[in-house]
Amino acid sequence: MEVIYVRTDRCVGCKTCEIECRIAHADNEKTLFAAVSQARPPKRRLFVEQGETGKTPIICRHCEEAPCIVDCISGSIYRDEQGFVRRKKERCMGCWSCIMACPFGVVVRDAEAHIAVKCDHCPDLDIPACVAGCPTKALQLVDVDSLPQERRKELLLKKEV
Amino acid sequence: MERSTDKAVIHVLNNHKGGKQVQTVWDRYEAQQPQCGFGELGVCCRHCMQGPCRIDPFGEGPDRGICGATADTIVARGLARAIAGGTASHSGHALHVAHVFKKILTGEAPDYAIRDEVKLKAVAVRIGIDVEGRSVVDIARELLDKALAEFGDKGEPLTWAASTVPHGRIDVCRELGIVPTSIDSTIAEVMHRTTYGVDADPINILLGALKCAVADYTACHLATDLSDILFGTPQPVISKANLGVLREEAVNIALHGHNPLLSDIIAQVASEPELIAEAKKAGAIEGLNVVGICCTGNEVLMRHGIPLATSSVSQEVAIMTGALDAMVVDYQCIMPAVATVAECFHTKVITTMPIAKMPGAEHMAFDDENAAECARAIVRQGIERFKLRNPDKVCIPQESSTAIAGFSAEAIIGALAKVNADDPLKPLIDNIVAGNIRGICLFAGCNTVKVPQDHNYVEMVKKLLAENVLILATGCASSAYARHGFMTSEATKKYAGKGLAAVLTAIGEAAGLEAALPPVLHMGSCVDNPRAVDVAAAVADKLGVDMSQLPVVASAPEAVTEKAVAIGTWAVVGGFPTHLGVIPPVLGSKLVTETLTATLKDLLGGYFIVEPDPLKAADALLAVIDERRAGLGLS
Repeated sequence: MEVIYVRTDRCVGCKTCEIECRIAHADNEKTLFAAVSQARPPKRRLFVEQGETGKTPIICRHCEEAPCIVDCISGSIYRDEQGFVRRKKERCMGCWSCIMACPFGVVVRDAEAHIAVKCDHCPDLDIPACVAGCPTKALQLVDVDSLPQERRKELLLKKEV
Repeated sequence: MERSTDKAVIHVLNNHKGGKQVQTVWDRYEAQQPQCGFGELGVCCRHCMQGPCRIDPFGEGPDRGICGATADTIVARGLARAIAGGTASHSGHALHVAHVFKKILTGEAPDYAIRDEVKLKAVAVRIGIDVEGRSVVDIARELLDKALAEFGDKGEPLTWAASTVPHGRIDVCRELGIVPTSIDSTIAEVMHRTTYGVDADPINILLGALKCAVADYTACHLATDLSDILFGTPQPVISKANLGVLREEAVNIALHGHNPLLSDIIAQVASEPELIAEAKKAGAIEGLNVVGICCTGNEVLMRHGIPLATSSVSQEVAIMTGALDAMVVDYQCIMPAVATVAECFHTKVITTMPIAKMPGAEHMAFDDENAAECARAIVRQGIERFKLRNPDKVCIPQESSTAIAGFSAEAIIGALAKVNADDPLKPLIDNIVAGNIRGICLFAGCNTVKVPQDHNYVEMVKKLLAENVLILATGCASSAYARHGFMTSEATKKYAGKGLAAVLTAIGEAAGLEAALPPVLHMGSCVDNPRAVDVAAAVADKLGVDMSQLPVVASAPEAVTEKAVAIGTWAVVGGFPTHLGVIPPVLGSKLVTETLTATLKDLLGGYFIVEPDPLKAADALLAVIDERRAGLGLS
């Protein structure tokens, strides 16, 4: 399964990922100018925050034991066939149980539309918009099964040096 | 992060009665987090419409903009444009004063006059005007012509720079090709060479930036000289500083911005019995209380003893006291947010200059041909607003410190002349040689939201004073030291090292103050930084050395504006190692960073020291002072 890997040492806090996320979730034309011109501009689904030591995008992990799915009363939040946690717009009734359940604070309220908003991993795109747009490659798409092996190799390389 | 180290500011932030909707600069700073790293590093470029471009600082993404500009070129261009922006501000300020000067001579500005004929003649002699047997108006006319000629290109080195710095500096500038021949066309040249497809050599761009900084120095010096001639050269004056100077029973009017043209006239009319009577009739039993904010505040403090309420970063806080009836602004460093904060109170924000209006403020066009009447109308607006003041919203903190201000170069030389009338600089030089004064540090610049207000200033000055470094201050640095009580004779006893305290006491007593001079000398607003250069140039000339050999350093530990970048850069050109406490947007280029912090040392003597930690910065400056002392053969 491919997941979004955050290399915190590379994030410079430019928020391009937030902008790309909004564009990808625009109603019609997926351009910056169309997105900002929308009557209700799209909400972002990830958040670049300032921490003690650096800047980090905080992103939905699409957890295996997703608390937002468990706590969703209306059956709006579900896991799609690829394994990503998504929200059915028409079933969301705005009870915000998911917001309370999410330990990362990445499910938020669209107050005007009265629905919960979260990362859907851009199902219509080959690569999620935030990853594709990141200018420093702080966000990368990695295979969660091959990542440990890569890590082990890195460790060995470091020791050899 | 703590927002301020100023107790008065903290008191108002915690106790104001404006409600939750009052948002300050610190709230907006938090909302901006995190700030874009490309911008912080200076590697984004928006100079053409093929962009915006940015360089990946980690080397995996693009290493060039669309036009091919590297990080080095982009960073150098950004810095040069910042310096041009600062220079343009000082040019506008100086030209504005020159235009009023012209109207005085043609009789069109009857509320102004040439108040300081001594300074007029001194400046005239300095720039080569014959004064013997000539009338004041005659001299003034020639001086004005020379002043105005500085702005348009006259094809020869700028007079105000060439006549005020020692020859050594002029030679260095000439060798590097950084002698400007005009203030305004040098700004234009920077804009030209940094536009699409012109100068791409980072070092050549930086040389253009250094030249522009010399033009900025010229504009600053010109503005100071003309202001002194029109409003008087500052002499020591005792006043108070901090928000405690606002008075519950008076109409409080704050003057904020930079230029004395309007504020000085308001300061004058505010003592007119008729206006005071109007204020009393409106219910203000203590009449009118004019206070200053930012550098306009420094101008009227130095010349009229008007108390200084606060500095630029806390300008909104002055309104949040609920006791400010009008905030009158001219230009530079005025946050558009003041009009928004004022919506939660009765305060009227009045803009006065055609180039500086803001949504939510009332514009009262200032007409310099009818200055006093304009000033009276503005004061009357404050009186009207006083009637609307809500006593339940008033939150005036107790804090205020005594501040002795007004140390122009002339005032410093004057005080020294009381010790040795024949050779005023001798006591200063003798004490530098003897080590009683280990060195001199000029603190300049702003307050930034990135540092708890005044923290760097206060921490650095305590350490430097204890090590016998004499401190000069301008701009919001002088405000910081005034508000924190560093501009009193008591502060000399409390903070100055033994040698420095002895010198300041001797000079103070000789000057008839019956006490020590303060350990931090208030030299004026940010445009007044050349006053400090004048003192350094005189010392260098007297010793027969170059300014770059003197144990003199500068520091802008909480810098904000493009003006500060320009000033810091000309301090470096002047030969002074200059500390910055906030990292400027240049780190995206190793070449530019290296040039500014190291290479310039060999070329100019001056260079930048970037150090956010105030105690480490003080150590670095002390090391530089000692290195220079050793160079002069002093222990």
